[in-house]
Amino acid sequence: MIIEIKNLNFTYNPNTPFQAKALKDINLSIDEGEFIGLIGHTGSGKSTLVQHLNGLIRPTSGEVVIDGANITDKDVKLSSIRQKVGLVFQYPEYQLFEETVYKDIAFGPSNLGIGKEEVDKRVREAMDLVGLDFESLKDRSPFELSGGQKRRVAIAGVIAMKPKVLVLDEPTAGLDPHGRDEILGEIYNLFRKEKITIILVSHSMEDIAKLVDRILVMHDGRIVMDGKTRDIFKRADELESIGLGIPQITKFMRELKSRGHDVREDILTVAEAKEELLSYLRRREDD
Amino acid sequence: MIKDITIGQYFPGDTFIHRLDPRIKIIIIALFIVTLFFINNFYPYILVLGFILTAVHLSKVPLKFILKGIKPLMFIILITFFINIFMTKGEVLFYIGPLVVTKEGLRQAVFMAMRLVFLITGTSLLTLTTSPIALTDGIEKLLSPFKKVGLPAHELAMMMTIALRFIPTLLEETDKIMKAQMARGADFESGNILRRAKNLVPLLVPLFVNAFRRADELATAMEARCYRGGDSRTRLNELVLRRVDIATLGAMIVFFGIIISTRYI
Repeated sequence: MIIEIKNLNFTYNPNTPFQAKALKDINLSIDEGEFIGLIGHTGSGKSTLVQHLNGLIRPTSGEVVIDGANITDKDVKLSSIRQKVGLVFQYPEYQLFEETVYKDIAFGPSNLGIGKEEVDKRVREAMDLVGLDFESLKDRSPFELSGGQKRRVAIAGVIAMKPKVLVLDEPTAGLDPHGRDEILGEIYNLFRKEKITIILVSHSMEDIAKLVDRILVMHDGRIVMDGKTRDIFKRADELESIGLGIPQITKFMRELKSRGHDVREDILTVAEAKEELLSYLRRREDD
Repeated sequence: MIKDITIGQYFPGDTFIHRLDPRIKIIIIALFIVTLFFINNFYPYILVLGFILTAVHLSKVPLKFILKGIKPLMFIILITFFINIFMTKGEVLFYIGPLVVTKEGLRQAVFMAMRLVFLITGTSLLTLTTSPIALTDGIEKLLSPFKKVGLPAHELAMMMTIALRFIPTLLEETDKIMKAQMARGADFESGNILRRAKNLVPLLVPLFVNAFRRADELATAMEARCYRGGDSRTRLNELVLRRVDIATLGAMIVFFGIIISTRYI
């Protein structure tokens, strides 16, 4: 088990009029190699939760154990936690600061105190993983790249630290559909090739449905659902009651079923729907 | 850490102090500052302390919250304290190495430190109990007589509104960028001064880039809504002086007058 959270509570600005309970009794465990989607509305506590995972926020109460180390222990080095759990914030392109793409990506690994050659190797690998061409981009200023490229540079900067767990907070926010699909594709590749644990934070069911194995649904500071992707989407009514939709195609299949057609409801992608509809039509002809 | 800065922060509430007309509050605080500089011995400080504690009590802002505002300025207070304690000539009390502590120095140091603390608490009470918009409205109104001599009162007030409005945004952004860079192993808390200054680069560069971007976007947004400042602009909430505002101002003038007069008794 790489992440284990027990009875986690967190309150912002305690004892002031701005006091806000952001997390309530979170219990969670995540195994190595899982691909997890964390879904919830704005203000449901997603971002607060993920910031606990690498010790940027300390729990008000409860425990967060990362790879055997409790982040609240005094003798645990936060730098080692932060190397294990890489966190890509929302709009990460706003954190770029170096003169060149190369230097910016190298910033994280250099802080780990590893040798120059190793840093160089990691920068190349990271750029390759996010689909950036090393030779043509390494000496460019990150500020003159396009939005999608900037974001890739920022993500590469975290990947280059070789984290065991990669947390991405809304990695597709503000991108066009094409850019969104590309980034998600690269994240999926990363998961397949590097076998790292990935937590994808999003409020978009469409994005998550296609990729992840397990979904955590957050609402009002609590984890209200935790299960396999298909099982979660079967609980469409509950999801809708907390203001979260299900993917359009899943909705479509549910509608068909409710109109008396005997099709499966746990469909997540258009491709699956096509298969299911074809086989349904065939089944009907056979009868 | 960065959230500890309470200067310029508004503490929402609906108390007598919150409801006072911002113009009156600004005048009172200006008088308060002038009064502080007239005081030349410790006794009037009792009255000043009484004034502040009463105001804090009426405003329902927790005292802890106000004291927290002193923390970031502790450095300046300490410097003032030590310069005064060592640099004032007079009756020698004792020596610390080559430094001389005199009776007058000690008195002067405590006196100046208290003056600073009162200055900070008094002025932060103003911003804590007055929303930024009310505050700049008040400043604009107070400055408007000077328009005749070419002072751009409205523009100044608008600039201040924008500046105040961006304080929390930029603080939040600083916090966010700091966290993002810490997640990449940046270290803002250790090393000598030179090293620390260098470590700030990953924070300052994005912060400035983003601030300029925001300024640009805001300017465009204002232009898109045909903002042009100036005289014919109406406002949503006109400031109206009530009787209680004037009575309060009168009472405060008398009160500060008494404090100032102690200097001449």
